[in-house]
Amino acid sequence: MPGSDMTRTHCPYCALQCGMEIRPETGGGLAITPRTDIPANASGALCQKGWTAGELLTNGERLTAPLLYGEPVEWETALDYVASRLSAIRAEHGPDAVAVFGGGGLTNEKAYSLGKFARVALGTSQIDYNGRFCMSSAAAASNRAFGMDRGMPFPITDLAEADVVLLAGVNVAETMPPFLRHLSGPRLIVIDPRRTRTAKEAWLHLQPTPGTDLALALGMLHLVIADDLVDETYVAARTAGYEEVRTSLAGWWPERVERITGVPVHQMRQAVRALAATGNAYVLTGRGAEQHAKGTDTVSAFINLALALGLPGRHGSGYGCVTGQGNGQGGREHGQKADQLPGYRRIDDPAAREHVAAVWGVRPEDLPGPGRSAYELLDALGTTDGPRALLLFGSNPVISAPAAEHVAERIGALDLLVACDVVMSETAVLADVVFPVTQWAEESGTMTNLEGRVLLRRRAVDPPAGVRSDLDVIAGLAARLGHRFDDEPAAVFDELRRASAGGLADYSGITYERIAGESGVFWPCPSAGHPGTPRPFLDSFATPDGRARFVPVQHRPPAEETDEDYPVYLSTGRVLAQYQSGAQTRRIAPLVQAAPEPFAELHPDLAEQLGIAPGDVVRVSSRRGETKAVARISEDIRSDTVFMPFHWEGANRLTNPALDLVSRMPEFKVCAVRVERDS
Amino acid sequence: MRLVVVGNGMAGSRLVSEMRARDPHMKITVFGAESCRPYNRVLLSNVLAGSSRPEQVRLVDSSWYDAHDVEAVFGSTVTRIDRETGHAVTDDGRREPYDVLVLATGSDAIVPPIPGVERAIPFRTLADCERIMAAAGHARRAVVVGGGLLGIEAARGLAGRGLPVTLLHLAGHLMERQLDVEAGEVLGETLAGLGVEIRTGVSAEAVREDGVRLAGGELVAADLVVLACGVRPVTGPAAEAGLRVRRGVVVDDELRTDDPSIFAIGECAEHDGTVYGLVAPAWEQAAVAADVIAGGKARYRGSRLVTRLKARSVELAAMGETQLGEEHAEVVRFSHRARGTYRKLVIRDGRLVGAILLGESDVVGTLTQLFDRGGPLPGDRAGLLFPGAAARPVADNPTLMPDAAKVCQCNNVTKGEIRACWEAGARDVAGVAAATRATTGCGTCRDAVEGIVGWLCEQEGVSV
Repeated sequence: MPGSDMTRTHCPYCALQCGMEIRPETGGGLAITPRTDIPANASGALCQKGWTAGELLTNGERLTAPLLYGEPVEWETALDYVASRLSAIRAEHGPDAVAVFGGGGLTNEKAYSLGKFARVALGTSQIDYNGRFCMSSAAAASNRAFGMDRGMPFPITDLAEADVVLLAGVNVAETMPPFLRHLSGPRLIVIDPRRTRTAKEAWLHLQPTPGTDLALALGMLHLVIADDLVDETYVAARTAGYEEVRTSLAGWWPERVERITGVPVHQMRQAVRALAATGNAYVLTGRGAEQHAKGTDTVSAFINLALALGLPGRHGSGYGCVTGQGNGQGGREHGQKADQLPGYRRIDDPAAREHVAAVWGVRPEDLPGPGRSAYELLDALGTTDGPRALLLFGSNPVISAPAAEHVAERIGALDLLVACDVVMSETAVLADVVFPVTQWAEESGTMTNLEGRVLLRRRAVDPPAGVRSDLDVIAGLAARLGHRFDDEPAAVFDELRRASAGGLADYSGITYERIAGESGVFWPCPSAGHPGTPRPFLDSFATPDGRARFVPVQHRPPAEETDEDYPVYLSTGRVLAQYQSGAQTRRIAPLVQAAPEPFAELHPDLAEQLGIAPGDVVRVSSRRGETKAVARISEDIRSDTVFMPFHWEGANRLTNPALDLVSRMPEFKVCAVRVERDS
Repeated sequence: MRLVVVGNGMAGSRLVSEMRARDPHMKITVFGAESCRPYNRVLLSNVLAGSSRPEQVRLVDSSWYDAHDVEAVFGSTVTRIDRETGHAVTDDGRREPYDVLVLATGSDAIVPPIPGVERAIPFRTLADCERIMAAAGHARRAVVVGGGLLGIEAARGLAGRGLPVTLLHLAGHLMERQLDVEAGEVLGETLAGLGVEIRTGVSAEAVREDGVRLAGGELVAADLVVLACGVRPVTGPAAEAGLRVRRGVVVDDELRTDDPSIFAIGECAEHDGTVYGLVAPAWEQAAVAADVIAGGKARYRGSRLVTRLKARSVELAAMGETQLGEEHAEVVRFSHRARGTYRKLVIRDGRLVGAILLGESDVVGTLTQLFDRGGPLPGDRAGLLFPGAAARPVADNPTLMPDAAKVCQCNNVTKGEIRACWEAGARDVAGVAAATRATTGCGTCRDAVEGIVGWLCEQEGVSV
């Protein structure tokens, strides 16, 4: 039985937000055990990252004093300095000269406070966050199809009851292993250029050329229509726009798609037959399909497929996006995104501005409009029209942004970089001022997981002396700029509830007490008596007429194709033992032992052609930069593609910052590179 | 600028949309001889087979033209090009001025000059398709004349409707332009198994009320005769206007004819001595021509040809130079006629220059891409046809697994660690899991851990 010193909380890493109990051990360590009341991992599962999460608190690399140009200083000194510099830069160059960059790992309270801080205390439109690099394409596609983006609009436990689940660019075995337990029942169809660990569990693996998932989705929908597998009753009753999509698909017959994707027609047919033949099926997309300059359209194509089969908004079936970061879902709902206000409101919607301005005690016309998206923001830093100061929270863009060397250069051109971090990340190293902040088990706050379930992370241990919360930093700076901000998570959450009231992501009926008592609460939850909404689309979609929208989309090639100089596709992704930019996990010994170094995965045929043996150091270069990695030879990858994980410095020096027109997602998942043995 | 597009088939309609995507303001008028909206000719065999309805093959919504400010004239044939004044003249007397004109007139079906041929229905347009389907409704036996791609698809489609079909072909084997003799024969055997009687090396001499008379006098009984005897580029107006015409309207790498204001694309065009009869080259040409007209620098350098048969239960892909012999190329062949499988790779200078893949195959996509890209091939040619066959089997048997093998990926646990844990006293999966955390992640290694624990117990004679 848990003792009185036991704290129920959640894992610090991915969007699954596994429940865990934390108990201090004699000798200073922490005992972590899985909770059984949180459905994501109720079976008692955790991956190695979760089990070793306690070491984040004790790994000895913690920052414990603010750094001003590398020198430890008092908090007040650092806050005073930053506030005076921000005021000076604003006075000279205007409010948009100060930018804010947030993260999908921040709690809802922090994301909310950060968005308010930017709009109210700084008056800047220049705020965005690394979630733009995560699920923004899926969010955009869901919004235009369903009128609402709630990653998975159903509880994760529903998946186990399905007959078939299609995973498009989703590799949960590597990114969130306990998720796979929910998929042990259904037949899995996996779309991935690599035979990932998830693909190895699949009943059918479709292995397309990188950058062609959109064509594949169109080919599959073409077959659904050609083979008369459309759920006509559903399409007539619950959707709009089908006719136009049907016509748009006549040019995507499967033999043409086969030539583009490399996926045999008979495999496409096998996949759609399986999806159509069953009572219950899900289509899920992940970063593999989404992180493209056409990611939004790719997701729309998969949603079209799901709609034609009659899946979304039916109990036991549906479409969902498998969000990545810990608070990837909540982080996009409460205003740290350039075009959003709390409650998943649009910043260009007059009614939304009026509501939020009232909560914040400002005039609607004083709120800035939409600002630059994440990469555009980073790309503009230190330019004539761009921001001259940047405040960074919970992000490490030198590792995680595309064309990373260029991004580092832009950051170098700033007048002022302020970073809030737990450890000296690669970006914090470049900062003029670094604030040491609390993490995960040292603070409380809410997280909204990939199901849209709002969860409570509770403080389990005291933070080290000298460390303060991001909320303290925000409130401290706001105070110096003449604004009073709450720094207590519970108080901030109460304000967030009011600000979100009436919005799509309505949290107004959610309280810390309810979350604790109900194993989380699904939004929207518009009142104290409301039970929350596990499956929001059962009766109608969140569009004006309640119908889901088919959106006609067309395939086009990747922004950069292979050629004689750069003849190989590069695709990037994750390994189990590392998380995101690795700032946390690269400091934990067992994780470093499991995944010690960056590698480049090559097919034996490609390795033979390039004269590369396993373990060789290879140089991988693109038009944007180059890096070195250790060669791994594997039959699991296509022979025209090299795979590299992005948790280390290097992979993102190569990636292409071509942006999706709608979501402004960079094209992380495909670019052209040259691979050579390093002599 | 005023653009007139002559022909609203697959090439013409593609050009129109490519053009509009590049230039939202140009005045565009497109004339189509057929009275209906453009449709995907590639899918007509599905319509004939009954797997698609005619409305499912339309390429353009009826609202598209208004929404994109394009004038589309249906059922109107451009019969003359007045180059002096820059006008396209239609059969109903309309004179449409142009600054740039694109010929996309396509081809006509070849109708052999034999007695009674008017009783037969050519298989070329959607209207043809509808006539054939109507006739098939009350026919008792069908004959398809012509064993090329289209004839085979038609024959398969009619057989799929339950109609006895005989396919007559002049050459010694089917699809002789794309296939070698053996592939043609294997294809014939596959089709025979699906209810299509194949007659090769025969010549139709007359179409009669009761069937088709062959040279030599034999009568093949039929009350429905479908013609698929090939196509001929429509070049009349171009030739009459004095443009350079050989088999097709001759164009350069910009798809321009010898009149710089007139372009030709698709099946009516001849580029570098080649007239292409497939849609992929026509669409590539449409993109290049649109780019050039919009002031871009795109150039057309010819297309690689991949023929993919669309007939239910017949998987066939043929590409490039399939008929080269061993004296001219490296040939890799696998034949298993009993299963309807025939695979052939033609390799020159280490690159794939041709292939035939008959029968269902997972490598068709990979090989098509290798052919398209012209990239170097791996040394293991057999691996191209049978990927993974040479790979070492992974030892998942606990007895064969080395100690260093990772059993639990999620928690990075090796067999050696499980063994050590067993030796320290853990006798079941729960014990191993508690000590090593193996099985506590995604859960898929549970069987493997059970196997190792069971094997260790057995080895050491411990009863569990």
